[in-house]
Amino acid sequence: MSLQTAAWLVLAMPLAGTILIALGSRGLLTGKASGWLGTVAIGAAFVFSLITLVKLQDLPSEERHVASSLWDLANVAGVQIKLGIYVDPLSTLMILIVSGVSSLIHLYSVGYMASDRGYARFFAYLNFFVFSMLLLVLAGNLALLIVGWAFVGAASYMLISYWYRRTTATTAGIKAFVINAVGDIGLVLGTFFIFREMGVLDYGELFGGVQEAFPKNDASLVAAMILILVGAFAKSAQVPFHTWLPDAMEGPTPVSALIHAATMVTAGVYLIGRLHPLFEWAPTAADVGVITGAMTLLIAGTIGLTATDLKRVIAYSTMSQIGYMIMAVSAAAYVGGFFHLMTHAFFKALLFMAAGSLIAAMAGEQSLDKMSGFRKAMPFTFGCFVVGGLALSAFPLFSGFFSKDAVLYEIGQRGGWYVVVYVIGYLGSVLTVIYTWRMIFRAFWGEPCEQARQLEHGHLYHAPHPVNPMTGELEDSGVGFPGEEHHIAEQTWQMKWAMSVLAGLAVIGGVIFLPFGIMDSLETFLEPAFADSIIEHPENKGLEGLGIGLTSVLAIAGIAAAYRIWVQRPGTSAQLQGRFAAVHRLFVNKWYFDELIDLLIVRPFAWAGRWSRDSFERIVVNGLVVGGSTGVVKAGSAAVRAMQTGLLRGYAALVIGGLAAVLLYFLIRSA
Amino acid sequence: MSVNWYLVVSALIFSIGAVGVLIRRNPLVVLLCLELMLNAGNLALLGFSRTWGDGDGQIFALIVLVVAACEVAIGLGIVVALYRKRLPIDVDELRELHG
Amino acid sequence: MEILFFLFSIVALAGAAGVVALRNPFYCVLSLVVHLIALALLFLLLEAQFVAVAQIVVYAGAVMVLYVFVVAYVGGGDKPAPLWRANAKQRALAIAFGVALFVELCVALLGTGLSSLDGDGAQLGAGYGSPGQIGELLLVRFLLPFELASFLLLVAAVGAVALAGRRPGIDDDDLPVAPRHGLVEFQRSAATGTMAEGVGGYGVTVPMPEPSEAVAAAHADGLPEQSVPAGEGTT
Repeated sequence: MSLQTAAWLVLAMPLAGTILIALGSRGLLTGKASGWLGTVAIGAAFVFSLITLVKLQDLPSEERHVASSLWDLANVAGVQIKLGIYVDPLSTLMILIVSGVSSLIHLYSVGYMASDRGYARFFAYLNFFVFSMLLLVLAGNLALLIVGWAFVGAASYMLISYWYRRTTATTAGIKAFVINAVGDIGLVLGTFFIFREMGVLDYGELFGGVQEAFPKNDASLVAAMILILVGAFAKSAQVPFHTWLPDAMEGPTPVSALIHAATMVTAGVYLIGRLHPLFEWAPTAADVGVITGAMTLLIAGTIGLTATDLKRVIAYSTMSQIGYMIMAVSAAAYVGGFFHLMTHAFFKALLFMAAGSLIAAMAGEQSLDKMSGFRKAMPFTFGCFVVGGLALSAFPLFSGFFSKDAVLYEIGQRGGWYVVVYVIGYLGSVLTVIYTWRMIFRAFWGEPCEQARQLEHGHLYHAPHPVNPMTGELEDSGVGFPGEEHHIAEQTWQMKWAMSVLAGLAVIGGVIFLPFGIMDSLETFLEPAFADSIIEHPENKGLEGLGIGLTSVLAIAGIAAAYRIWVQRPGTSAQLQGRFAAVHRLFVNKWYFDELIDLLIVRPFAWAGRWSRDSFERIVVNGLVVGGSTGVVKAGSAAVRAMQTGLLRGYAALVIGGLAAVLLYFLIRSA
Repeated sequence: MSVNWYLVVSALIFSIGAVGVLIRRNPLVVLLCLELMLNAGNLALLGFSRTWGDGDGQIFALIVLVVAACEVAIGLGIVVALYRKRLPIDVDELRELHG
Repeated sequence: MEILFFLFSIVALAGAAGVVALRNPFYCVLSLVVHLIALALLFLLLEAQFVAVAQIVVYAGAVMVLYVFVVAYVGGGDKPAPLWRANAKQRALAIAFGVALFVELCVALLGTGLSSLDGDGAQLGAGYGSPGQIGELLLVRFLLPFELASFLLLVAAVGAVALAGRRPGIDDDDLPVAPRHGLVEFQRSAATGTMAEGVGGYGVTVPMPEPSEAVAAAHADGLPEQSVPAGEGTT
């Protein structure tokens, strides 16, 4: 099997999976069969990704970028777009991460979504999402990447509003899609501006030709790259396009784990990394990326400190960590950025899976205020939370430790004003540790709540009537709402196995890239993809040592502080809230971004829409155009109808008059 | 005596017949005016036949005669049936076949 | 020659004008007879003897007699005034059409400049217009039209009989409204309309069938004065 075949099969497997599940969902596939089919499809994609990896490494280092295309999609008027993929170390790393983590999440969902009436639909959507993400990552030209981008947005919408009879879910789905659409506009416009100058969309030709087509930091290139950044920010939930991500937690937990933690939101990071020759040639745009990433990092961290919904805490954590990644790849810290992407996928998916288990134990209740003391009742879930939390807080020797350290070290290496960013990164670390352990201590320490006590006796709590966790509305458990049963990790083997694998990876995943050059397999692996980078990374052992020390100290101190505030002295957090009431209010209201966007954008657009409907649409379109054309037709038919009188003499008059007219015509013509 | 004259007379009779069809309200008289028009056509046909010198036009005129006779038979049959059913014998009153 | 032509033409035109202008339909029929005879004389001037005689014998002789019978039966002289003419506007329009038609035809005829129309016509053969020549043409060259014409005559005869045949209940004077019988019923009641029934009235073998529901429904649909309301439809 050749490299190209393996890569195309990586794409084909999830596509086949979604088609087969969709076709068979009505009769052929019963019970959990669609779930297993979906899992097997993604598992097969993972196997083919491994084969791709092996074949890629067989090639000599300079040749590790293979383009393969099936046919021309468009070849007209100077635009040539092929249905082509581009296999190099970066895309191989991404397909390994995507297919690997996705297959584990599929396995988890086989158990977690078991009693849901729309089971097959879920797996069809999930497979479609994986196909779209793989298409995005493997695309060989910007046009196909945009196609994958759009598909991923559509899959996200379908999965967020998966429980479609919940109004909150459908509203969240629309919000996500609309903000994504804004990002898509930026992406497409940016692509167009680049295409206008360069006339090509293929990666190879783009990267080779950018330095001749534009002068360095040219205004039009910067504008194009900033527009592309808008697309990346919307997809990766960076400020100010981030408001959709917390609402996207309306989707089922596996969806949050897969899309809004491990894969879709990292598409923006991938985009910047993939287009790095263009970004390096337009440093102003890259700086915009760095600053936005840094801002998001801080803002999301602060909101996570005060959020009370379990899944939203983890969502803001995702936003913050992706801020790290965006910061990294914009600052040309590619190895660090993608290393953090990989480890983040592991521990964030793990955290979401564990959160799903915990929420199931709470019978759908998601508020941290109502959870406490689950340590004894759910030991496995607790263990997963702890492992994930340690990795997220960059506790020494966990995967997150090495990846975050790598990110910040590489940024620090650039020197100059990046020192500010370096400091912000560590500030963010502090926030990360605190909100993570706030969440864990609140949920697992303290007096066991009602649900925990029942679980300790082996009885899974069931709410008397299903309700919407956000609004308290009554629901039922038919199609379009969650199923009646709740599945926790301790009782469902699929969930347990998936989480165990991820927990293991979260612990040991950092081993592929250790500081001080002890192990640099990741760097060597990714090197051919970033060989054309023009940014220097001078080595600085002192900085490395400082970074490791600082990360470790901050992690341990942070955990200790959180322990003190939330376990040892329970009233402390209320005291702090009182002392910093205004600040607390700002964080709890998510920095008022939703309100601002509503005021500045949503309301003016709604007003403009209403106004145009009342003026232009009503008067011109409905009145003149539609009314006019139908009026003309009606008048004409009324006139014709008037001829059908039934009077013999009328008809005779028509005949004779017509004869006279025809004769007249011929006379005139022959004259 | 050129044929033109006959043709002009034919045209005149035809026009008179047309005016009659449009003016009169008694269906019997309308049919009579139709006969006028047919006869005008016959006259023209015979005039042309005279010009050509062979008898084709005459045959044509004979056939027209036959057709006119048949048409009169049917038309009068309809008028008789109308009368039998006590419908008004007035072209303006008989207009149920309208759109 | 020209004198005869003008004489006969004037008579023909007078007859035509009479058909259009006279009030009593009987007088119209008579006027048409005069017109036909004048036309036959014109045909004679055109050397079409057979056609002229056929015109008199068939047309003026048979068809017009049929007309006279029908006019006598139908009358139409009961209320001559309202049946006579259209209103002024329609009259003006009709005359305008007629004039236009005539003018155009004349322009067409006289303005063509076709040489053949100006001349006296071709040299005629010996038997031109004679029955011999007509017969030969009919049976040799125009056999198909001849047969078709005879077929047409047959159809017309059958149709006339069918149209004007007596049907049950038609002449009932005690019925306020004549019940209308559709073609369906006519086909079913094959035994009615015979001479015996017509003469002897009812009580013969076939009883009068009841109008079926379908026919009654057809009656309900076919009422006059029912028009589709031309209101604003929904777009």
